[in-house]
Amino acid sequence: MAGWTRHKGRAVFLGLDNVDTDQLIPARFMSTPRAEGYGQFLLHDLRNDADGAPDPDFPLNRRPDASVLVSGRNFGTGSSREAAVYALVDAGFRAVIAPSFGDIFAANAVNNGLLPAQVTDEAQAELAATLGTGTADISLDLETRTVAVGNLTVAFDLDESWRTKLVNGWDDIDLTNRHVDEISAFAANRAKSEPWAFPLTSE
Amino acid sequence: MAAPRTMLDKLWDAHEILRREDGVSLLWVDRHLVHEGSHHAFAKIAARGLKVVRPDLTFAVVDHYAPTLDRTKIADPKIARMIGTLRDNAQAHRLRLFDLQDQDQGIVHVIGPEQGLTLPGLSINCGDSHTSTHGAFGALAFGIGATEVAHVLATQTVWQRKPRTMRITVNGTLGPGVTAKDIALNWIAALGTGGAQGHAVEYAGSAVRALSMEGRMTLCNLSIEGGARLGMIAPDETTFDYLKGRAFAPGKGWEKAVTAWSALVSDEGASFDREVVFNATEIAPTVTWGTSPEQALPVTAAIPDPARLDPEKAKAADAALEYMGLQPGRPLDGTPVDQVFIGSCTNGRIEDLRAAAAVLAGHRAKVPGLVSPGSAQVKAQAEQEGLDVVFKNAGLTWASSGCSMCVGMNGDQVAAGKRCASSTNRNFRGRQGPGARTHLMSPAMVAAAALTGTITDVRRFLGERAA
Repeated sequence: MAGWTRHKGRAVFLGLDNVDTDQLIPARFMSTPRAEGYGQFLLHDLRNDADGAPDPDFPLNRRPDASVLVSGRNFGTGSSREAAVYALVDAGFRAVIAPSFGDIFAANAVNNGLLPAQVTDEAQAELAATLGTGTADISLDLETRTVAVGNLTVAFDLDESWRTKLVNGWDDIDLTNRHVDEISAFAANRAKSEPWAFPLTSE
Repeated sequence: MAAPRTMLDKLWDAHEILRREDGVSLLWVDRHLVHEGSHHAFAKIAARGLKVVRPDLTFAVVDHYAPTLDRTKIADPKIARMIGTLRDNAQAHRLRLFDLQDQDQGIVHVIGPEQGLTLPGLSINCGDSHTSTHGAFGALAFGIGATEVAHVLATQTVWQRKPRTMRITVNGTLGPGVTAKDIALNWIAALGTGGAQGHAVEYAGSAVRALSMEGRMTLCNLSIEGGARLGMIAPDETTFDYLKGRAFAPGKGWEKAVTAWSALVSDEGASFDREVVFNATEIAPTVTWGTSPEQALPVTAAIPDPARLDPEKAKAADAALEYMGLQPGRPLDGTPVDQVFIGSCTNGRIEDLRAAAAVLAGHRAKVPGLVSPGSAQVKAQAEQEGLDVVFKNAGLTWASSGCSMCVGMNGDQVAAGKRCASSTNRNFRGRQGPGARTHLMSPAMVAAAALTGTITDVRRFLGERAA
């Protein structure tokens, strides 16, 4: 995963709260291998009618070039399916800006280089008003934790450890393997002090 | 004297290998549960040439795509491939697999406890948000995404920032026909689906203590629908009685284990970041009317009028009512349903089937429905008790176990525009199938809906039948 610090792109506003993971990617698409690309499934049943024809008024259909999504609160609520993040990433998104996020979704986002930028309700409303039904050039800066659209600059909140991870594009497995001795020692200790915690040694 | 600690503090400290300067902890994982949906994670470790580091602590189960009607042939090649991939991965990494024909197969959050793989004091992770279920035993259990699943497979650890603490106390006694499902839908309606975001919820109070393990699992299961990272209940005699003699529960070391588990309570005077108190006697059988679990009301209420809601909620309510095909102001009770579903990791356990069967016994359902027990063991137990006959005589389909119509991945779906009274956990748009309309409620309430063909207050049947 490549790290990044700044992004310039187009932002689009999706005026919905509680955009859940089942909306981001309906379950029936989740048996697809990632190599086929998940962007085609993003918000599939909201963007298309029952026959699969795209709704021309849906914000993402009007603005297929968008790379930043501004949305309502509790974005990504629901399941742990990382496929919800794959759908966004494969559709070209680099950031979602919202007043709050589902916890597991936000962690999954960071693990895939997608920024979950948390802003206040007021800042979200200002961004929404600026974007309206159109798009606008937007720039994101992970160093200053700010988003800028035209003359409007707003701050976003991001866990420091997540910021570091996004900037460096770190892979956790590599990081963790530096601690392999501590992990082994912990496991050995636990087996001794809490033998009941290990299914094969407890019988 | 050391400062009083919460149950979360104790569980966290027991699993924390190290804490980085930025405050993120590396936690040891005692049990890792994987299912067909874990294919992305297995692909990730394969791409790096890694093996599962602790196959003895990793357990695989076929549940999300498990066929429930005919297990001998799987017509859909995509479903067959998902199950086949899990089999291949389990074999390649020498994992214990609970496969379709296994007498111990079932939904991952049902069989974990049933097998005694879930124990107090353990940390349990699974690539499924309803992993919070296992917290009912006093375990540190939370759902993770595919990248984290790959990390656990490769290292048996997970990086995590400690969540804030929240205690939900439910005092008093639940009324007849009111269940753990109603406690959960009630608090989620009160606090919202983001109400517990960033928090670990500990449930306490006399109404929680009085719940069976099945009820406690339902309550902890639904924690995620209120945004909580995890749910937990301090272990007690109810917990120990449930676990004793289970296949993977400690045998020889039982007494020592119980001593250790008994200490897993929040200390007197421990402080929580947030405290919320509910009164059990005020909780009625609760039903969702919209497309989010927070859009729930007592069955005695009227369908809300968006014009009279606060503007923040009005727009979502409007859209939800349109999707659900409901008229504002009409009573919820009496809303016609097309079908019913009883099952899922939320309410697919033996006690749930007993509650539903008690309402149905000797009667015909007015609408069709599917009953999918949470595990093969639950199914066998139900059949031993004759519950299958009650469901079949009522006209419902008695199926095998799996996630089934809760998520529709195996093909058990609700058709577009059809309304389903469902004992499941999510009423999201399209959750049970594209265009499907879901009303969440307890299994007894689902049974009542089956009998009348409409959403019905199950308490109407109390007295003549148990609930």
